[in-house]
Amino acid sequence: MTPMVDLGFLLITFFMLTTTMSKPKTMDLIMPKDTEKQEEQNKVKESTALTILLGKKDQVYYYEGLAQDPNASSNPDFFKATTFANTNGIRDVIIKKRDEVARLRNSKGEPEDVVVIIKADDGSTYKNFVDLLDEMAINRIQRYATVDISDQDKQWIKSTEASNGIQ
Amino acid sequence: MPRKSTLIDMTAMCDVAFLLLTFFMLATKFKPDEPVAVVTPSSINTQLLPDADVILLTVDKDGRVFFSMDGQPKRRQLIEDLNTNFKLGLDEKDIRNFMIGSSVGTDFKNLKQVLNLTADQRKHGNVEKGIPMDSTNNELAIWIEYARAAQGNNNKLKYCIKADNETPYPVIKRVLDTFKEKKIQKLNLVTNLEAKPAGSAAALYEEQNQDKAH
Repeated sequence: MTPMVDLGFLLITFFMLTTTMSKPKTMDLIMPKDTEKQEEQNKVKESTALTILLGKKDQVYYYEGLAQDPNASSNPDFFKATTFANTNGIRDVIIKKRDEVARLRNSKGEPEDVVVIIKADDGSTYKNFVDLLDEMAINRIQRYATVDISDQDKQWIKSTEASNGIQ
Repeated sequence: MPRKSTLIDMTAMCDVAFLLLTFFMLATKFKPDEPVAVVTPSSINTQLLPDADVILLTVDKDGRVFFSMDGQPKRRQLIEDLNTNFKLGLDEKDIRNFMIGSSVGTDFKNLKQVLNLTADQRKHGNVEKGIPMDSTNNELAIWIEYARAAQGNNNKLKYCIKADNETPYPVIKRVLDTFKEKKIQKLNLVTNLEAKPAGSAAALYEEQNQDKAH
């Protein structure tokens, strides 16, 4: 009997000491102040910005810059569509832009930081939003902001969806 | 010299074991049953969700918002404050139900009715429509305000949002805007853990840091 009780206790203590309850993890999300938002927006340079839009059916759209230059945005190739796929998806776009921007130099001669502007359309889900924030963490993007979507952006998404046949 | 017997009297040992067992059996409190089931998205973040000083908003896939908070005394404080200020007409039993319960997701009008239901009825009934967040009647803002007061305005307080994969973004936006209006900028999104993709910047960074540690 004694060895069995011994073994029993040994097992109990072992499991007591080794179990860790799996706890949910959290992701930090810092919201910009409304008053500062205007200034924040204006501080971003066209050349360092990448705007990413989330559409319905897990679609991702993006363009370089802030779409403030009418000449650039009238170019038919300006507004592009992609997905959350691991290869040739939004991750590669972010990496490419990040490395491009890192080659630029600011007035002090330091490498520029890419600024990602996130705009989610009404058709997107919370999962898309978290996935994109996760991409920021995966690619170690320091500067990104969630911004309200503009009517112009919505228009572009609509026409792109129509041409890609997304209902 | 005769060898001593190896038999020991186990009575005391078993007594202690059973005493511990019964103590833990009686002292354990399971978490109350949540009225909503939510499947959270995954992320590579490894930060733990804290146990104490948390205000948790659960958003299910239909976009219903539920409110919950840690600490029974604090919950009691909160519901009593709301009861006196909004004349909800809750009695001691309802207050107790809220105190030991989990999330609630209803407007103040139906709060009394919801607190009278059993956990099972709440899970399968359609009484709880979520906390209203429209600009004219933003009860979520009131919940947050009062919860902050009940938590004693401590700065360790964390605001967590736990939403379902399928939750439409406009609902999330309303929640975020509500926090913004309340001048709360730092939020936490509850996620599941997933591995960092191989070769990504985050994975490389982690490897470098591990190299430094060795």
